[in-house]
Amino acid sequence: MRPKHKRLVFVGIGLGLLGFAAVLVLSAIRESVVFFHSPTEVAEQRTAVDRRMRLGGLVENGSIERGQGAQIRFRVTDFANAIPVTYTGVLPDLFREGQGVVVEGHLRDGVFIADQVLAKHDENYMPPEVADALKKSGQWQHMKESMQQAGQMPGKGTP
Amino acid sequence: MHKYANPTLFLRVSALLVPWLAAATLLLLTAGLYLALLASPPDYQQGESVRIMYVHVPAAWMALFCYTSMATASAIGLIWRHPIAELTAKATAPIGASFTFLALLTGSLWGKPMWGAWWVWDARLTSVLILFFLYLGYMALENAFDDPVRGNRAAAILALVGIVNVPIIKFSVDWWNTLHQPASVVRLDGPAIHPSMLAPLLVMAAAFTCYYLWVVLLRVQSEIIAGKIRGLRLRQAHG
Repeated sequence: MRPKHKRLVFVGIGLGLLGFAAVLVLSAIRESVVFFHSPTEVAEQRTAVDRRMRLGGLVENGSIERGQGAQIRFRVTDFANAIPVTYTGVLPDLFREGQGVVVEGHLRDGVFIADQVLAKHDENYMPPEVADALKKSGQWQHMKESMQQAGQMPGKGTP
Repeated sequence: MHKYANPTLFLRVSALLVPWLAAATLLLLTAGLYLALLASPPDYQQGESVRIMYVHVPAAWMALFCYTSMATASAIGLIWRHPIAELTAKATAPIGASFTFLALLTGSLWGKPMWGAWWVWDARLTSVLILFFLYLGYMALENAFDDPVRGNRAAAILALVGIVNVPIIKFSVDWWNTLHQPASVVRLDGPAIHPSMLAPLLVMAAAFTCYYLWVVLLRVQSEIIAGKIRGLRLRQAHG
């Protein structure tokens, strides 16, 4: 074998082994790489109880209740399960009903006490007029549903 | 391939290309910035903040493109000892690092108003930060040896090891729950972005690509000339 063929084989085998090692490592640390857990995972207690964690899903329609001052209560849903959340503080601009959110805090007696609320933006970009037109023509609900079915909304389980 | 390994031929061809690439960069960047900042509509949710995306997304694409180019050039340099490939890998690193930094910075500026946080440790953001460190590590290793040839080979191995991070970055948003949104443009069922917003994005991406090609040719040219000067000095010293 000429030296350059030897080097080619060497680099090829090296990259193959590296890729294999990466797959092993990534599948081993999968649980700690996920940024948030879905309401279903939390409801089925697949996550450790009484530990700080993040819960992600959609703000359930009609679930927002404002309390005294900056206190707010709402429910985070993945359409299979919903977890009630309480939070006191400033909310991000994108926070609204039907919006994806990730809340950080801990679970106590079935209620999630959040100390941080992050809004999750989806991958759809369009001008306001287009969004209005879609809403008017009834395409909007259809689009949202197909997005949820495709598993592109937050709250999908780990693969 | 070894036909193009000839530095004299490379200098001749790149001297022809450089003015065209410079003109294309300026033209596309002017058109892209006009479309992105003035002529495109606001977003239905993000409002005017969506304009950050026209810099952020192309910069992030270029961060991955530059790394893939750098690793490919490193492999060609390592295996076939192709001198132009070795210099291309070296010349790409600082450009890629700059694009990565730009993507991280603009992402952070967008994240504060939209998400409510400058930074989160989700899989996408963390893997891009690692990409930035890989670029820095490549440049540090490249310059850590007195012998430039040894420095280039050591850095090339680091570039090849780091290539494993590129698919992780691309698919992090599909494999794990992340705060970062999934892909809008490169996906199976077509772009999820309105054509009036896709156009400025693609023009900006073309501008960034031309900029990369322009600057990488300039940097390789100057590396070749620096190498010639080093050779002359050595001959003078020993002569």
